Amino acid sequence: MIGRAPAKTTGRLALAALAAILAAGTAACSASYLEIPIETPIQPKLDVTPFQRVLVAGFVAGGSDDIDANQETVRLLRSQLRTKSSLKVIDADILPLMEVAQDQAKATAEDRDRENASPQSTNSGDHQSNAAMPLPQKIKDEKDLEQYERLFANTAYWKRIGEEFQNPLIVTGTVLFTNRSTSGFVQRDQEVYDPYGRRRVIPTRTYMERKGFMLRPKFIFIDGRSGATMYSESYREEVLYNAQQNTPALSSYFELMDRLVPNFLSALSSQKIKGSRVLLK
Amino acid sequence: MASIHPMTLRTAAFAVCALVVSAPPSFADARSDAKTQVDFGINVAQRGLWREAIYRWEKAVELDPTYAAAYNDLAIAYEHEGQLEKARKAYEKALELAPNNAQIRQNYELFKEINDRTSSGKDNR
Repeated sequence: MIGRAPAKTTGRLALAALAAILAAGTAACSASYLEIPIETPIQPKLDVTPFQRVLVAGFVAGGSDDIDANQETVRLLRSQLRTKSSLKVIDADILPLMEVAQDQAKATAEDRDRENASPQSTNSGDHQSNAAMPLPQKIKDEKDLEQYERLFANTAYWKRIGEEFQNPLIVTGTVLFTNRSTSGFVQRDQEVYDPYGRRRVIPTRTYMERKGFMLRPKFIFIDGRSGATMYSESYREEVLYNAQQNTPALSSYFELMDRLVPNFLSALSSQKIKGSRVLLK
Repeated sequence: MASIHPMTLRTAAFAVCALVVSAPPSFADARSDAKTQVDFGINVAQRGLWREAIYRWEKAVELDPTYAAAYNDLAIAYEHEGQLEKARKAYEKALELAPNNAQIRQNYELFKEINDRTSSGKDNR
């Protein structure tokens, strides 16, 4: 004979069922996500398949006299490309691009003068003054550097360089590395202890004088077969230290270039960026 | 111990059962099937089989197009495979379905950081 369960037992069973449902729900919620490492492959910004070789030709550099920004940039980029790109790096003398640009500007000015001297000349005075403007001998700021930009648009020159090195991909551009000093309020974390000896970290604003360096490179990628610019990109990075701290210019230069090199390389070769994401259930 | 009236308990138990049963069966089935695919995808992704995971998560969003977590996971897999445009669309769909989900938003922010950094230089031509 099957008897009816007492009311108390039925109650306990129902409560247990409810608890089980709630527990299952809680467990499901607590394990509903999972952190997973991922590697994002990034395709190069440039199609470099037509090239087997790369020539880091040189840079128009200026700013601080503490380092030779042209030489250091060429050396650094060549060594990075050797290890992190499939292109063969051409070891060649670094081109003195400032001198080249000055010679080209001088030649253009002379041509213009000859044209003006001829009786058939119909050039306006405005045009003359632009062409005859000499390039600054020393590059102190971005304004000085801008005047050298026309060198990179000279396709005939770059085509000739390309022919000399069997049509490689040419990397060139400008680099400005300057001293920088600034003063103002800086937020810093300060440790404080209350009367009970408990440690706390409080953000405080302090007036500070700081000095350091600013790096502003522009990388230009030129097709050595045609002399035409394929792609260019500019960056700006700066590093500031306490005014009392004496950091050598060269180590600051490398610190700043370290930040930019992955971006430079991503123009030429595929990169993998490591990170983690949260998978959800 | 205070005694609980058997009628109250019966009513509570009935309410729970009714809640479970009253859910639209098709929706429950779709979500349940999609969840199976999502779980399987997570399992294989953990073992590095991302293509299989993509297949599973694509199936999951097909079964249940309102499943934000499936879109989130799919976006991560696309990102891992370098299919960045598809990843962006999947993240955006996941956020459209679950705009307040902090984890999806965080994933999307990290993805955007990489995408913005690599798609163009600071002022490239």
